[in-house]
Amino acid sequence: MDNLRKKAKELLESKSVDLVIGYENGTNGKARAVFIKDPEKTGKLIYDERCKQNLAVYLNKHEVKHYGRIAIVAPLMVMRSILVLISECQVKQENITVLGIGNDGSFLDFQSMEVVEKYISKIPLGNPEPDQVIIDKLNAMTMEERREFWQNELERCFKCYACRAACPMCYCLRCTVECNQPQWISAPAHPLGNLEWHQLRTMHLTGRCVSCGDCGRACPLNIPIHLLTMQQAEEAFHMFGVRAGTSMKADSALSTYKPDDKENFIL
Amino acid sequence: MIPEKKIIDRVALDKLYESLKAAGNKMFAPVFRNEQTNFEYNPAATEISYSHIQTTQSVKNTVFPKIENLFRFESSQKSVELVQIDFTKVPRVIVWNAHPCDAAAFSALDSVFNWDYVDEIYNARREKLVVIGMSCIRADENCFCTSVDLGPGAVKGSDILLTPLANGKFIAEILTDLGKSIADENASLFTASNGENKEEVLAKVEKQFSHEKVTENLKNGFENSFWHEFSLRCIGCGACAYVCPICTCFDIQDESKAGKGRRLRCWDSCGFGMFTLHTSGHNPREVQSQRWRQRLMHKFSYQPDRNEFIGCVGCGRCSRACPVDMNILEQLVELEKLEIAAK
Amino acid sequence: MEQFEPKLVAFVCNWCTYAGADLTGTSRIKYATNVRIIRFPCTGRIDFMLISKAFANGADGVIVSGCHPNDCHYTSGNFHARRRWMSYNAMLTFMGMDPERIIFSWVSAAEGAKWADIVNQSVDKIRKIGPFTEYQKLVQSGIEEENFNG
Ligand code: SF4
Ligand code: SF4
Ligand code: SF4
Ligand code: SF4
Repeated sequence: MDNLRKKAKELLESKSVDLVIGYENGTNGKARAVFIKDPEKTGKLIYDERCKQNLAVYLNKHEVKHYGRIAIVAPLMVMRSILVLISECQVKQENITVLGIGNDGSFLDFQSMEVVEKYISKIPLGNPEPDQVIIDKLNAMTMEERREFWQNELERCFKCYACRAACPMCYCLRCTVECNQPQWISAPAHPLGNLEWHQLRTMHLTGRCVSCGDCGRACPLNIPIHLLTMQQAEEAFHMFGVRAGTSMKADSALSTYKPDDKENFIL
Repeated sequence: MIPEKKIIDRVALDKLYESLKAAGNKMFAPVFRNEQTNFEYNPAATEISYSHIQTTQSVKNTVFPKIENLFRFESSQKSVELVQIDFTKVPRVIVWNAHPCDAAAFSALDSVFNWDYVDEIYNARREKLVVIGMSCIRADENCFCTSVDLGPGAVKGSDILLTPLANGKFIAEILTDLGKSIADENASLFTASNGENKEEVLAKVEKQFSHEKVTENLKNGFENSFWHEFSLRCIGCGACAYVCPICTCFDIQDESKAGKGRRLRCWDSCGFGMFTLHTSGHNPREVQSQRWRQRLMHKFSYQPDRNEFIGCVGCGRCSRACPVDMNILEQLVELEKLEIAAK
Repeated sequence: MEQFEPKLVAFVCNWCTYAGADLTGTSRIKYATNVRIIRFPCTGRIDFMLISKAFANGADGVIVSGCHPNDCHYTSGNFHARRRWMSYNAMLTFMGMDPERIIFSWVSAAEGAKWADIVNQSVDKIRKIGPFTEYQKLVQSGIEEENFNG
């Protein structure tokens, strides 16, 4: 942690960056995002197991982007999100400094984004184990049981869109749910509207989700929608052999193809 | 009417619930499910939670549902026919075991829906609403009812307010004619009060700020740097507004198929980026700090001015629901401290 | 009992399947009349939301068809579409919605007979599965019961 603070301070003092995004102690024992401009305030930075929010979500926000060059405290999921955002031309590589956090919580000083790519290429990637366990359980159910499970879960959704707002990859200024000429997605939070919304979110994140779980954590009604995108992340890997957030190249599952992609259902 | 005080024990309370339910009322009571507590229609008496501090969602759904069907329409080549929905047929809804902040919130909703436009649909539901409140004997760090002129035993908005006593019985304060008619119809379930004092059992909720000072600071603080600083974290979802018992923003949606359809009123939030987007492409609240400012301004400045109530009952739901720890209490306390010169 | 006549919507690409279906007609091959064909520039344009719209509007089944791999008029539209369909299928399966009501195929401009077969088989299949009542229930459910104003 001291190394992290020291590095953040150096970066601000030398004016190599204009803003540091990290975690601080929040209210009631929670950790939360903090935005630091003043090198003297870098002592606020913390990193521990409470720091779960995917901070990459801020990189694309108007008011944050405005600052210019940004250093961001980045455990694995945040690093991967940054790579996705770079590959999709949402942030400029040269504007981001990664203050890496290793899986053991230690500070990793990355000199460039290429080093981040290399670091990620050496780590086994996949869904967090507790989530994968639930996904496996769901996959072991019958079709009918799964349908019931999701119907009960999705019915409760009241469309606050916290899941969308929390995800770094859901950055569209005008989301398809808000397009009404024509109205693609039924806007009201009734069972059909909810099903269509979650199918849309899942499809638009297939091959782009980095399995951070923030969408599910953000849901005030505890609807496990992160399982949908996480399952698709695994599927995309099995079917197409690519994982989101592993390189700065635009090579996500649904923006590329192979002539010999294998399927078994097209007549 | 002059409030009356009676006593009811737990067994009798369950009986009262069952008898009200059996009489055809729709009971709206809190149930613990999916790791949180929320109000549901007509649960069994045994399912009802009495131990939670606060439900995740508020009870505004009873009078301002997340989707309200305003009317139906049928259009042909020549004309459009509107089919009104008969709201007089809405059944009586009894909100059971709502905390004082929730009960008080209805009066704020009343003024909003009867301010410049008298909303018949809201009123039709509201007239059929009965509120059986429950004083709080526990509160958490997010509760601040006492800072907005309410409290863990506040009677405002309840027809009957219950207060759980240490001996397992409940004080029942009969506060309105409606409450009295329910108590009279079930007179055998109540016993006389013996001078029990609810103040002894109520949760202790310290007053944290002066809302008058907050209002004053807001009036002069529209351009303050506070907004940018305190809301960079906000990700602009609708969680805080949707769980709030007083937030009333809505959006109108038409759904139709082959000329037949319905017009719906759906919850919306001033926190959404699209909320104020004009057709021209101009957005008067372009960035999130302006939207967050709107939320606090509306509650603590515009509503006190225009409707003479504070648009917040201190339930703390928004702080609990916020995915990024935008804590409204923390911010109000900071706002009170700001030294802003009056303009 | 009268035989159930399913309603199917076919989303097809302009260059292969649509031309193929045309050939079915000019070759005077008879096939089931349960399908409404909607023409698109390319399978790459056939978004999954079109499929959900079809179901929401009362379709019992959907056919999606375009040029064979390597034959796309725009070179790669169908390769992209294939990945999207694979993902869509995976998602539906995980959500407990059997993708059996959606039939995907490649039909070239020369395969008039194949198009007739695809349509006939699909209609038979959906006829056996029956009307998509679960979805229609979902479409109609929600507001009235919850708000007590049916
Ligand atoms: S887990 Fe959720 S929030 Fe995280 S990247 Fe995937 S979809 Fe986005
Ligand atoms: S966060 Fe939860 S309630 Fe809100 S839109 Fe997403 S799934 Fe629905
Ligand atoms: S603003 Fe927050 S604390 Fe105030 S009434 Fe609404 S949800 Fe409760
Ligand atoms: S304050 Fe929190 S709950 Fe409200 S819009 Fe911002 S992020 Fe969402």
